[in-house]
Amino acid sequence: MTLGGIFSVETAAQGPFWMVVGLTLAGAVIAVFPRNIVYNVFGLVLALTGVAGLYLFLNSIFVAMMQLLIYVGAICIAIVFAIMLSRPLHLEAPKRNMAKVAAAAGASFLFFAANLAVVFKTGWQAEAQRSGDWTVATIGHMMLTRYNLVFEVISLVLLVAIIGAILTAGYSRRLTS
Amino acid sequence: MNSLSSYLFVAAALFSLGLLGVLQRRNLIGMLISIELMLNGANINFMAFNRFLAPEPAVGQIVTLFVMGIAAAEAAIGLSIILALFRQLRSINIERAQELKG
Repeated sequence: MTLGGIFSVETAAQGPFWMVVGLTLAGAVIAVFPRNIVYNVFGLVLALTGVAGLYLFLNSIFVAMMQLLIYVGAICIAIVFAIMLSRPLHLEAPKRNMAKVAAAAGASFLFFAANLAVVFKTGWQAEAQRSGDWTVATIGHMMLTRYNLVFEVISLVLLVAIIGAILTAGYSRRLTS
Repeated sequence: MNSLSSYLFVAAALFSLGLLGVLQRRNLIGMLISIELMLNGANINFMAFNRFLAPEPAVGQIVTLFVMGIAAAEAAIGLSIILALFRQLRSINIERAQELKG
């Protein structure tokens, strides 16, 4: 039995699953609605940690660890660094344009309803022959054989993104000051 | 109800909240946070289909890892663009970034 097998559907109680779902959704709500940007970042951390918990329920401990490392550990910290550029928190927040907010809420609710309709109307059928291979070794093997090109391209994308980020942040300083 | 549709429900809720944030926020960092939420909704979909339907359970995890790589690149580029915009405008409210507006 692999480590991920502890979290399989048969043994998992329903309570913890819905608790994790509630944490995720609460984090997402905190990440979107408050005007204070610090609350938004903490909500994002909560939501991403909840998603990592959902990955545990989905049997893959490796992706859950990657989620914690990359999203919570790297991206959230980078966003925290950018908070200092935001509007000072002691100033009064500018008023929201209620028409725009209502339009945005309507559009996203429409999308949500359509999405749920598709999810619950479709009769999902599992592939007849499924392999039960969840191991990290298989993931690594496939990444270096069948998905090798994508793997290399994504390393190139990351390199270009880092160089581009340095250039964008650096050159603008030289131009303006 | 630990089934496929409950995961898809969570993913749809996360994606819609992210969409609402992108449409409604005017703070650029808030929009970046909402984009991360949307990417996570898509990731949950990949992992759920991978767990319940797909023939090979490794493929969805690989796709999720690739999406995480793209998200890291996007956050780096986005934050540096926000930095450059802040130096130009002294603000990161997108309503002020209107120089190209006709």
